[in-house]
Amino acid sequence: MIYFDNSATTKAAPAVVDTYAKVSERYWGNPSSLHNFGEQAFNLLEQSRQQIADLLGVSLSEILFTSGGTEGDNWAIKGTAIAKREFGNHLITTEVEHPAVHNSMEQLKQLGFEVTYLPVDENGRVSASDLRSAIRPTTILVSTMAVNNEIGAVQPLAEIADVMRDFPKIHWHIDAVQGIGKGLHDLIFNDRVDFITFSGHKFHAPRGIGFMYKRQGRTIAPLMTGGGQERDLRSGTENLPAIAAMAKALRLLLDDEAAKVQRQQEVRLTILNHIKTFSHVTIFSKDLPVFAPHILCFAIESVRGETIVHAFEEHGIYISTTSACSSKKHVESSTLQAMKIDDGIATSAVRVSLDEHNTLAEAEQFNQVFDELYRGFAKLR
Amino acid sequence: MEYSEIMVRYGELSTKGKNKKDFIKQLGQNTRKALHQFDGIEVKAQHDRLHVTLNGADSTAVMDRLKGVFGIENFSPSVKVEKDIAAIKATALAMVQEIFTPGMTFKINTRRQDKQFEYDTNHLNDLLGGYILENVPGIQVKMKQPDLTLRVEVRLNGVFLSGQTIQGAGGLPVGTGGKAVMMLSGGIDSPVAAYYGMRRGVKLDMVHFFSPPYTSEQALAKAKELTARLAGYSGSIQFIQVPFTKIQETIKEKVPEGYLMTIQRRLMLRLAAAVAERRHAKGIFNGESLGQVASQTLESMAAINDVTSMPILRPLLSMDKTEIIKVAENIDTYDLSILPYEDCCTIFTPPAPKTHPDLEKSRKYEKYIDVDGLMQEALDGMIITDIHPDDNYLNQNEDVFAELL
Repeated sequence: MIYFDNSATTKAAPAVVDTYAKVSERYWGNPSSLHNFGEQAFNLLEQSRQQIADLLGVSLSEILFTSGGTEGDNWAIKGTAIAKREFGNHLITTEVEHPAVHNSMEQLKQLGFEVTYLPVDENGRVSASDLRSAIRPTTILVSTMAVNNEIGAVQPLAEIADVMRDFPKIHWHIDAVQGIGKGLHDLIFNDRVDFITFSGHKFHAPRGIGFMYKRQGRTIAPLMTGGGQERDLRSGTENLPAIAAMAKALRLLLDDEAAKVQRQQEVRLTILNHIKTFSHVTIFSKDLPVFAPHILCFAIESVRGETIVHAFEEHGIYISTTSACSSKKHVESSTLQAMKIDDGIATSAVRVSLDEHNTLAEAEQFNQVFDELYRGFAKLR
Repeated sequence: MEYSEIMVRYGELSTKGKNKKDFIKQLGQNTRKALHQFDGIEVKAQHDRLHVTLNGADSTAVMDRLKGVFGIENFSPSVKVEKDIAAIKATALAMVQEIFTPGMTFKINTRRQDKQFEYDTNHLNDLLGGYILENVPGIQVKMKQPDLTLRVEVRLNGVFLSGQTIQGAGGLPVGTGGKAVMMLSGGIDSPVAAYYGMRRGVKLDMVHFFSPPYTSEQALAKAKELTARLAGYSGSIQFIQVPFTKIQETIKEKVPEGYLMTIQRRLMLRLAAAVAERRHAKGIFNGESLGQVASQTLESMAAINDVTSMPILRPLLSMDKTEIIKVAENIDTYDLSILPYEDCCTIFTPPAPKTHPDLEKSRKYEKYIDVDGLMQEALDGMIITDIHPDDNYLNQNEDVFAELL
């Protein structure tokens, strides 16, 4: 099996599963319990938090655990809306966000908030000048993704940071679910960002765990109220086995990151440079530095994305239509739509997404299968 | 850039006349202690500078440690080159290129100890300045407040170049200001007060009151962990835990409720003074800040201070809580301080403590208990622990967990 659907989810690493099991067996006390069994769990929780903070170069108190990317996005957006509603009711995001951001915005719209969606260019990127002109005195939040989940476009975060520096009171959230371990650390952890959300299962940690970076001093309202865990900001008994497993997964991920990024880029370009020679192929994730190293989105004219996915599946190669979240809903990609790609071609789009374990040999095999399928698809044209 | 040494400049102690020698000796010792984990490092404390020869040790890690040593005004990582003008030029250029960003201004600042060297100060300034101007497009010379000052020192054993000056912790070397005891509770304030005391050169022994089962082992571990953090500024600290349970229980039984806190504080201060005397310490530090809580009004201080004539030093006296918290965050004690364990100050706190206790009444109520006997018993039960910067008390499983993570 060749697994090229790592933006949907990744395989939990064996060492990570091992940590999950050991923590479940040995340190199952409640970190809030006063006795020393609970205390041990508390210490492990904080040591995990410290490790994550150290790996990312931030401080301990800036890491808050969540159940994953969707919760993090919901929290950054709605938590800001609640905490800052007396300062304004205007939110800004992009037309190419993940549904976790988009639908949170839509829900707030129903409650009376105003939302501006920034348009994108032919590479799926917003412009900093559009952002600047969208900002109003009532703007309380700007939410931009780091790496687009469908085509891998990296948003111009450095330029956005320049704009945001002129508006120090507006919260800036980055959805970095697809951006971790992809050589983008300095871009994402810039000196202006306030909230960054991450999902564990995108980097070989278990499901149901994630974390949010919250800049020290920024306020956010909790969405989960209760026993006061996570500095009173996210109640619920901590998912310690998953948290420890995620801390381990992050350490493994970031070890020798540059070399891993380089390899993913090579695998991606091996496929890209091969398929671009075919006349009925359209490539959306170009060979440009503004695209992440691990995502390749392309279309084969007049073949439905779903058909392409299943054709590859028969050869033991797993890819997806543009994103796992929308792939069962028969809607064409919202990112491609925002890029003004014709519906006819957008419905033919598929996504190859890599992790650090994919190899050049897998890319070569993919290319061979591609050739065969492409010949077969000719009769559909 | 691979640095060969760190050149350390002294702070206030350069001005301290005849004590200067002791100060330099102490700073040399403290620096050696702070760097003990690095192999092959040499520390030479001379009359005007202190030199740390790296011999291959990691300069970033060494500089991190130096930032915590009191008495250091600032320091510069430097590269040693042969007394050869071509080599000096090449290194100077490489250093500037490493830091250069467009629009930057610079100057060369040469000191020449070796008067035999073929180029004099002005000549060297000219030569190197010219060379850098030629080879770094866009850089400009500025004599007053340039962005970058490249320091060149011609010594007998070579030429030393440095391009950065990094701020040190300031203050005076710990140990040059005598010895005192510190009343360390485990809250936010007392570690900050200890930091300020040590910054003025005072060597502190921590006195911590321990009241099992009303306070937990965790509260004790937390106070020790805080001490370990503070030991980063002085090398090591003696931690003295004094059993306080019996005293608290007796006070609770015998003293009117409004004066529980005042009498309790008087006993703590008596014990701290007794410990100080035994250990030849000359003062008592605490974390009191005027008006912060009931025991910290001027009347309360008078009623409590009454038990000793030893100087009580309160570095936080006039600071606001928010300022104290900021310092606690900077010195990395805040996160520990806010861990929610009961300490001896929060337990046995009456619902309405007297904020304006009367001195005479305080003296009278104290007589209801056997002060000398209780004190003797507490002092007999004290336990002393030597605490070092990397010691771990709160999380005994750190290594086991590190394996899992």
